[in-house]
Amino acid sequence: MRQATQDIWSALEPHLASVEKPARYIGLELGAQRPTHAPHLVSWLLTYPDTYEIGLPNQGLQILYEILNERDDAVAERSYAPWTDLEAVLRRERIPLFSVDTHRAAAEFDVLAFNLSAELTYTNLLNCVDLAGVPVRAADRRPEHPLVGAGGHCTYNPEPLADFLDFVVLGDGEEAVGDITAVLAEWKASGRTEGSREAVLRELSHIEGVYVPSMYEVDYDGPAIREVRPRYPDVPERVEKRTIADLAAWPYPRNQLVPLTEVVHDRLNVEVFRGCTRGCRFCQAGMITRPVRERPADQVRTMVSDGLRRTGYDEVALTSLSTADFSGIEGVVRDIVDAGDDPTSCGNVSVSLPSLRVDAFTVGIAAQIQKARRTGLTFAPEAGTWRMRQIINKLIREEDLYGAVESAFSQGWRRVKLYFLTGLPSETDADTLGIVDLARNCVELGKKHTRNVQVKASVGGFVPKPFTPFQWFGQNTVDELYRKIGLLRDAARGNRSLQLTWHDPKATLVEGLASRGDRRLGPVIEAVWRRGGTFQEWSEHFALDLWRDAMVEAGLDIDWYVYRHRTEDEVLPWDHISAGLHKDFLWQDWQDALAEVGLPDCRWTPCYDCGACTGYGIEHVVASAVPPAGGSQGTGQDLSVRSSGVPVMLGSKS
Amino acid sequence: MSAPSTPPTKLRVRFSKQGKIRFTSHRDVARIWERALRRAGIPVAYTEGFSPRPKLSFGLALSTGHESLGEYLDVNARDAIGPDELVDRVNLALPYGMEAQVAEPLEAGADSLQQAVTSCTWHFELPGLAPAVVARTLATDEIVLTRERKGHALTEDIRPCILALRVLPPGTGFGNVEAELATQPRSLRPAELVSALDPALQADRVVRIHQWTLVGGARQEVIPLPPVATLAPHAQARAS
Repeated sequence: MRQATQDIWSALEPHLASVEKPARYIGLELGAQRPTHAPHLVSWLLTYPDTYEIGLPNQGLQILYEILNERDDAVAERSYAPWTDLEAVLRRERIPLFSVDTHRAAAEFDVLAFNLSAELTYTNLLNCVDLAGVPVRAADRRPEHPLVGAGGHCTYNPEPLADFLDFVVLGDGEEAVGDITAVLAEWKASGRTEGSREAVLRELSHIEGVYVPSMYEVDYDGPAIREVRPRYPDVPERVEKRTIADLAAWPYPRNQLVPLTEVVHDRLNVEVFRGCTRGCRFCQAGMITRPVRERPADQVRTMVSDGLRRTGYDEVALTSLSTADFSGIEGVVRDIVDAGDDPTSCGNVSVSLPSLRVDAFTVGIAAQIQKARRTGLTFAPEAGTWRMRQIINKLIREEDLYGAVESAFSQGWRRVKLYFLTGLPSETDADTLGIVDLARNCVELGKKHTRNVQVKASVGGFVPKPFTPFQWFGQNTVDELYRKIGLLRDAARGNRSLQLTWHDPKATLVEGLASRGDRRLGPVIEAVWRRGGTFQEWSEHFALDLWRDAMVEAGLDIDWYVYRHRTEDEVLPWDHISAGLHKDFLWQDWQDALAEVGLPDCRWTPCYDCGACTGYGIEHVVASAVPPAGGSQGTGQDLSVRSSGVPVMLGSKS
Repeated sequence: MSAPSTPPTKLRVRFSKQGKIRFTSHRDVARIWERALRRAGIPVAYTEGFSPRPKLSFGLALSTGHESLGEYLDVNARDAIGPDELVDRVNLALPYGMEAQVAEPLEAGADSLQQAVTSCTWHFELPGLAPAVVARTLATDEIVLTRERKGHALTEDIRPCILALRVLPPGTGFGNVEAELATQPRSLRPAELVSALDPALQADRVVRIHQWTLVGGARQEVIPLPPVATLAPHAQARAS
């Protein structure tokens, strides 16, 4: 009944001329592989549940694509969510979801593995599984169906998707995919007999970093969770994330994909380190990816120069959280820029640092790399007042920001973009309005240097995330976020150099729902999907009403899930998952936050015993034992030029 | 080709675009060339100024989904390079389905591709086309088509744009109809021809075969394929 591979391309081809951006569906990128499938090879379809242009650059997916294809027991191809116009064609013509590499039907793969980077893509995951012709609920799948798995940051709370996922990979996937492949190869060899699906899932649950939702039972006590317990004694009570100790052992992707058509982040991306210990309390990425593991600077240089030659890109991004913290940053950037000036090279190479720190040092690096095209620089002070920044532990002082901005304007930049959050714990209206004060002061600084200064303040509603100190915090309501945005708009009115933009509070609500939800949200996600609620990341498709109605029908309360503060003794839906962080460390950090106490970066101060290093027997891998120069933020150091007060207080380290 | 004593820095390149890659857009093709030239180690000259751009200029846009045996671009290289060497090197770097066929030095002051090309020959695969439609179209003096242009409906006689039209005998080309359509003074798009023939028709395949210039009143290909040149192995079959 399934269409053979050749048939899928020939069935698809006549329709591609009539859909938007058909190049998204043809594959053929530089670096694309056309693996040969065989019965003994475990085949993975790595799927990004959003459009090709968002999904193609995803580094996690590209890394696993290469690692799996290098193995002699696996093959991997890629797929992306078809846009709504192609979806209509696929459903009308009964063409299944397909890989872009060899146009093979998704259901012919052994694993459909999804990258989950954003909560609003959850309904797209269901849609992709359905388009593959596979039952959306895990319980309805049979031995002949692929296993449906997921990885990525959202999977640290996989519970809302527990009904749909056969397995979840927590943390770094580089090693875990190999272990999973080995188990599945045996399953295939045994003929995937009737009833074997449950057995293979149980086997997968023994792998470090692999969580199998169906192996756990959840007991409720009214709306609260009483206990989450494994159904079998051999299934772990708590699933630890997987962490690779040495990034140098994984210089991937070696053959980054170069798309034929336009995508986001369309440049060479080289990951310089993983993890971050700045300790920003709102930042899930910083918490769950600890400890810091730097790539050796020489390996970065090699990956950059080989990558540029191989891809033909003229731009390279050094990626990580807070990239200016990389020990070798100055030398690496200088070498890339110098190599671009070399007459034997193929012309200018520009460098981008997507995650900038707020200080003059960072602007110095930016000046080094942006000799031409000094248009805009982006900083993320995140909150408008020092009090608020101590609460969120984003320990940059106003002087840091003004120093950075002044330095940017004086060196020729004319546009500065500032990222802020609103709806943070204990935020007062004075804190909220501090956003506009900061932005206004930046405008004034800019006017000293340029006539057409432009400051853009971008404000997002805060969503508390699992495995952060703010996981106990009740999110601001939609009305409250609108009220705060209203305050900001009024305050910013009349300043023509200041532009204010904000994230839709309604979308923030749904993100909050999925972010800290539990298994009972399964029917909600399914109902939203069944009523056409796909591409919820896209404002033109986002539909809050679908979510509200589905919650009511499921007898669930948005207030309880999203707006409620949690207590210390509450069993959280993800308590049987571990990101390595001790729950009492997170609780203490939450208490410190409420006491407005900052906590300096542990790379350069004694250990707070968060659990990330000790739990896995690994340590920070950093090349420099001294904190980076040029700013106060979170390094515990005082700026010698300033004498006023002690801006950074040490947190309690009980 | 007259081989000049020193290799040129400005070259005109003819290339093909066939198979799956026909679904890339004109802008995509420009980006693909920029990157392929860099990969091939052929530095391109950049414009001066605030936002330097590589000096590449492309000819008439090919609609997304159409194939071609004769696309063109002008390359302004930073260092002199022989035409054959450019073709050989860039072909190792171009994606499957796109192939440089031949290059020539470009004389200083030569017309841009947009100025130079006056018409193109196309092949169409039009299932269900009655041969009589072709004869009837040729016999008509005036074909009035209404087009949307910048928000205004524009009514025009497109008959003068159809320079040639014939039914292709099976196995002699890439479809069942061949047409030569003017690109100057006004350009007729292949889709407009199809709807002029019969609004009910849908082209399964559209392939640009030649681009023509007028030299001393005579029609001449921008760069003819060398007689020994063979098409890419996938050029004849519908690549997949």
